[in-house]
Amino acid sequence: MKTCLVVDDSGVVRKIARRILEEMGFEITEAEDGEKALEVCKLAMPNAVLLDWNMPVMDGYEFLGHLRRLPGGDVPKVVFCTTENGMDHISRALHAGANEYIMKPFDKDIVAAKFQEVGLVELSEPTPV
Amino acid sequence: MTPPDYEYLRKLLKDHSGLDLSADKQYLIESRLLPLSRKCGLAGISELVQKMKGGASTIVAQVVEAMTTNETFFFRDKVPFDHFRDSIVPEVLKARAARKSIRIWCAAGSTGQEPYSLAMSLKEMSAALAGWRIEIIATDLSQEVLEKSKAGIYSQFEVQRGLPIQMLVKYFKQNGELWQINADIRAMVQHRQLNLLHDFSQLGMFDVIFCRNVLIYFDQDTKINIFGRLAKSMEADGFLVLGAAETVVGLTDVFKPFPDKRGLYRPNAARAATAAPKIAAMAGR
Repeated sequence: MKTCLVVDDSGVVRKIARRILEEMGFEITEAEDGEKALEVCKLAMPNAVLLDWNMPVMDGYEFLGHLRRLPGGDVPKVVFCTTENGMDHISRALHAGANEYIMKPFDKDIVAAKFQEVGLVELSEPTPV
Repeated sequence: MTPPDYEYLRKLLKDHSGLDLSADKQYLIESRLLPLSRKCGLAGISELVQKMKGGASTIVAQVVEAMTTNETFFFRDKVPFDHFRDSIVPEVLKARAARKSIRIWCAAGSTGQEPYSLAMSLKEMSAALAGWRIEIIATDLSQEVLEKSKAGIYSQFEVQRGLPIQMLVKYFKQNGELWQINADIRAMVQHRQLNLLHDFSQLGMFDVIFCRNVLIYFDQDTKINIFGRLAKSMEADGFLVLGAAETVVGLTDVFKPFPDKRGLYRPNAARAATAAPKIAAMAGR
């Protein structure tokens, strides 16, 4: 089973994301800030990270920088999921090694589309009209 | 919804757009027309029907529009766009090397996601297409959706469904909560209002026709008729792309499925040269 680390300081967002991703077949671990997320990754690299930007202690952007420098830290697909919806933030995230970017608010369709985009889930059956 | 109201709407839609609803599409009508009836300040679908029976032609137009406008998103279903990049364009590059032009028709262009997805795909291949004349014609029944398509302005929600983030960064400009596709991509797409039930030969000949998720609404005879006319508007070595739930199989032999590429069809050369095949086959021996 593929694993996804959900990093967000909001318990509500983590819960929503967990429900969506579990339905997509992921095993979920959670972290409430970048520092705790790094600890999780040092123990075992997840296949995917759904990553908030603004969090206390260590934000998502800083976490990504640290992650990509860890041994094996280039493996997880990182999908930002943040209210930061400016082109400047998106560009910075991509340069820092993010694979995809979700602008909140999000729903199941968006998460599924973005996870497909980075090859984390199989293409679903085409949508009928 | 009462059965007489449903029958009235079925007939109205059939007459105005060719839309052929089977007997069990009440949910579709409700999901599309309840919001419209609220927008018109009416209590529900039966009030909407009453208005139309009273001769409210503007409401008729809005009902047809609401029922025939499809939800769409960038690179919808993904596979057809992989075919476009990996099979269709490389073939056309070879076949049209002398002419250096490619004409593409999106026959249900809707709000622009499909024609612009094709335009962006071609932009990504611009090295191979240097010096080529590229035409993308987007047509739709509805003037309202064509206007949206021309503007190329999408909500944050719309740009997150199917569009890779790198393409958003590369081909869109942000304006508050909205995103507009860049002028050079918009300039690649021409828009025309068109009802597929009517003659479309004036559009000329195409190398590629995307006709996805629109024929599904028509009855069998209308489908056959449209396939016949699509074949006449297509170069003999062109490509037809249909929606995932659509096929020509069992309806017509003017197109034949492209092997191992779901949703991809080509004109049937054997059918085009009906008189010649036997002789050609013998000469080949």
